[in-house]
Amino acid sequence: MKLRGLRLDSHKSRPLERPIRVVPPPATLVLALDQGSGEDALPVVRPGDSVRTGSVVAAASGAAAALHSPVSGTVREIAVRPTPRGASRCIVIENDGRDDPVAPAAPVDWRAMEGTALIEHVAAAGTAGLGGAAFPSATKLALARAADAELLLLNGAECEPWICCDAALMRERAADVVLGAQVMLAASGAQRCLIAIEDDKPEAIAAIQSAARAATDERIEVRVLPAVFPLGAEGPLVAAVTGREVPHDGWPPQVGVVCQNVGTAAAVARLVQDGRPVTTRIVTVTGSGVKQPANVEACIGTPVGELVAACGGYTAEGARRIAGGSLTGRSLAGDDVPVTKGVNCILLATDADLPARAAEMPCIRCGDCATVCPAGLLPQQLHVAARSDDSAALARFGLSACIECGCCDYVCPSAIPLTVRFRAARERQHLADLERRRAREAKARYERHQRRLAEQAEAEREAFDDARRRARGPDSGGR
Amino acid sequence: MNATAILAATGAVAAIAAVLGGVLGWVATRLRSDPDALVERIDALLPQTQCAQCRYPGCRPYAEAIAKGEADIDRCPPGGETTVHALAALLDREPRPVDPQYGITRAPRVALIDEDRCIGCALCLPACPVDAIVGAPRLMHTVIAAHCTGCDLCLAPCPVDCISMVAPADGQPGRAAA
Repeated sequence: MKLRGLRLDSHKSRPLERPIRVVPPPATLVLALDQGSGEDALPVVRPGDSVRTGSVVAAASGAAAALHSPVSGTVREIAVRPTPRGASRCIVIENDGRDDPVAPAAPVDWRAMEGTALIEHVAAAGTAGLGGAAFPSATKLALARAADAELLLLNGAECEPWICCDAALMRERAADVVLGAQVMLAASGAQRCLIAIEDDKPEAIAAIQSAARAATDERIEVRVLPAVFPLGAEGPLVAAVTGREVPHDGWPPQVGVVCQNVGTAAAVARLVQDGRPVTTRIVTVTGSGVKQPANVEACIGTPVGELVAACGGYTAEGARRIAGGSLTGRSLAGDDVPVTKGVNCILLATDADLPARAAEMPCIRCGDCATVCPAGLLPQQLHVAARSDDSAALARFGLSACIECGCCDYVCPSAIPLTVRFRAARERQHLADLERRRAREAKARYERHQRRLAEQAEAEREAFDDARRRARGPDSGGR
Repeated sequence: MNATAILAATGAVAAIAAVLGGVLGWVATRLRSDPDALVERIDALLPQTQCAQCRYPGCRPYAEAIAKGEADIDRCPPGGETTVHALAALLDREPRPVDPQYGITRAPRVALIDEDRCIGCALCLPACPVDAIVGAPRLMHTVIAAHCTGCDLCLAPCPVDCISMVAPADGQPGRAAA
């Protein structure tokens, strides 16, 4: 199996010098309805409502998992706020500090439960992919069950530079990861579980191996992979571990695999241990812009500024705030952007960490981007098509298969921001698709409207004829 | 030159002409371009606002008129330049600006009923080409913003002028994005 991608400096050691710190819940939490999957959950509270720790504030919808309040308090407003992905409607909650739980902690007897019932539990707890995509885990498990997937693949590869929240989690809470794996094996109906970890995390590998031995479950094994970016992305990971290729418009269950992040497994373990929904996550706070880089456990909805304060605050050097790693991360609007389920890292990068991009030069068609592209695309061709917004050419060169990993940007000698262009082209296509769908629906409604008007006119004419016949009376019936 | 040779040659030419004519006739009936298919393809490029600014009672009738050659491709203000270019490409014509006599292209809008002033006359219900208004006689009406195409056709029938056209709300799908 050929591994396409990049071997990069990992920059992971500094936050791992310290154990995971718990950030206390802030006074005001901002729960984004879009937790990172691109779709909004449906709010079920109104401004002024009081909420308790663990009460549902937004229901699951499509690719958005349910959302729960991490604290008890009052809903102040539901408004559009900046989020790590741009902006989204958010539920703003004032914390009353009492941490009054909606239900007492109660373990779930998962060993006695049917797989489908377990999946419902996972869905009700708002479990979403904590690797970054924030896709509802229950949906994946249900797909795996329906497709009879045989392999549960836990993703602890964490290939992107700077991010090490999964490494810290596996090192400190390996037993949770293994328990989560057992629960998800039961839920998905898979026969075995591989926990994939890159070889630059020896502590995590040792911890998981000993936890798996302690659990005496021989279905669970550790698979050590080379540290190559972007091996932690779902498609490349499945290919590297099993040799099977996931169709770009399909799902891993089609090739018999269900992929979940190790953080998600730990969240599932906590769910069965005390019945609490997902309201916290581990975030790496790192870069030369922060005094004490560390991994922190914070409530969903905590402003980024509070995380930085918990790590000693900003250093004197100015830093750019980035959510995610140095390759796929997105710039943050400010210190008040809240943590979502999809935020794995806050990178406070100085110019020394991430040198400013050189000025863009014309493409010289060297083909370096095509050599590294893990999806096997031709970024140079996509670039030409994106520049002229040629949707036919974009489709032909496989824009939809792009995983936006940023490898092509990284190697481009002309410093062309390729991934940004592809992302923009995709968004344009998405909007055009929405517009086309709306037009189709409007057309269908227009046709129904026309049909109905015609039927009404017909019915009125008949009623009129009937009335006229009756008015003429039975004597003129023979006409 | 004998008569048989002339007759044979004439016969052969006539036979060939008959066979080829038959084939051509069959091909012409069999592979005739379907006028409905062209109308469908034109209709698919129109924005389906059903606003009738083109002076036809909806997008489909306008598509039929274009297919018959009765109307030019420059009559659709909601579609604007994009639609004219798409139509020009489909019909192999020169693109041209939208004729201002049919209206001007502007930012997307949706209808909003001032619910305090609505008297429940129900006159706007049949006027809405896409059934985006909910209401019943003597009851207050409201617009389903997600279904509204911003065609303005409900404005004229309203006896109390309680309908206004506004920018789509934040987070409103579809046209707001353009």
